[in-house]
Amino acid sequence: MNFKDNKAIYLQIADRIGDQILSGALVPEGKVPSVRELAAEIEVNANTVARTYDHLQHSGVIYTKRGLGYFVSSEAKEKIVASRREQLMQGEMDYFLGQLKAVGITPAELQDLYSNYLNK
Amino acid sequence: MFTFNEISFSYNKKGVELFNNFSMNLEAGNVYGLLGKNGAGKSTLIYLMTGLLTPQSGEVTMDGINVRRRLPQTMGDLFLVPEEFELPRLTLKKYVDINAPFYPRFSMEDMERYLEIFEMGGMMDAKLHALSMGQKKKVFMAFAFATNTRALIMDEPTNGLDIPSKSQFRKLITTGMTDDKMILISTHQVRDISDILDHVAIIDHSKVLLNASIADVVSHIAFRPLREGDHPIFVLQSPYGPLGAVPAQQGEETKVDLEMLFNATIQAPESINQLFTSSK
Repeated sequence: MNFKDNKAIYLQIADRIGDQILSGALVPEGKVPSVRELAAEIEVNANTVARTYDHLQHSGVIYTKRGLGYFVSSEAKEKIVASRREQLMQGEMDYFLGQLKAVGITPAELQDLYSNYLNK
Repeated sequence: MFTFNEISFSYNKKGVELFNNFSMNLEAGNVYGLLGKNGAGKSTLIYLMTGLLTPQSGEVTMDGINVRRRLPQTMGDLFLVPEEFELPRLTLKKYVDINAPFYPRFSMEDMERYLEIFEMGGMMDAKLHALSMGQKKKVFMAFAFATNTRALIMDEPTNGLDIPSKSQFRKLITTGMTDDKMILISTHQVRDISDILDHVAIIDHSKVLLNASIADVVSHIAFRPLREGDHPIFVLQSPYGPLGAVPAQQGEETKVDLEMLFNATIQAPESINQLFTSSK
């Protein structure tokens, strides 16, 4: 796994699991790989992965069954979408809109672009 | 698991002391990265902790027992992969037959699994002296992990490994590591290992300049492009503008840049350590 430079690795792993849940590779109530399994798969320290799981558990994306390991919670997708939406609105969207303004793209043009994108 | 208790060491009596009242602890459950410049004493430290060298004063203990006594219970529970080594003119199978009995927890099943990770499965009948340097290293590391000693010490393990093998090496560590083991990796190749470490120890001029968990480093130091108003401890020019090590803001967490951490620690050890102590 290749990591971006300036985001903590445990959060990047959380994003990866989020992607897998959104794409359906991990299903609600399905089992998540154990900490050691995932650590070996992506060649990352097990304590880092443990931290990812703590984070995901805290945000309600996964939960633990005693002695059985971690599972995807039934409302995982909604939680991920909500948190990504919040992230987007707080950070990247502001930057993106600033860029649009800088190069003079009008709201009407943006609407066309986005409609075309959705129809692709 | 290991304690360096105020050790002093020099290679000859009149020579400069490489270590002077040096102390450090290494705990089970951690993968340690031991970093230092050439000649900083990394290999010496490794030989001292495996009973191959004796400090002039002080002692190194494993589970409370002086490693210098080289008791079977100590030697059967630690394994050293030196930077350079010779293997005898034997088949791998014969080598394992002769050496495995010294290690009570050796597992043939693990041996095969680790060889498999290095894409060297089915090599048990291979002649060791006919292997390339990189292959020798892989076979030896597979054996080292298969002994299941609680302490595993490796000096420059990724030297001589080709590009795919470096990833396989990380897989070996992350597969073979358990909570009761301690792995220490001494290296210059920080990029090869930065994601698999729990803990980093940086030594220079016989002093521990930094001995901190990666989690602690992440919460105290941010590694990122510099912004206006930053007070960087270390600055590195890059094609994308200046990067730096800066005190982490509340909640700010970046990926640890080991190379930058190393350079910052060598250049300004006090400023780095101040970051850790000021928030305690």
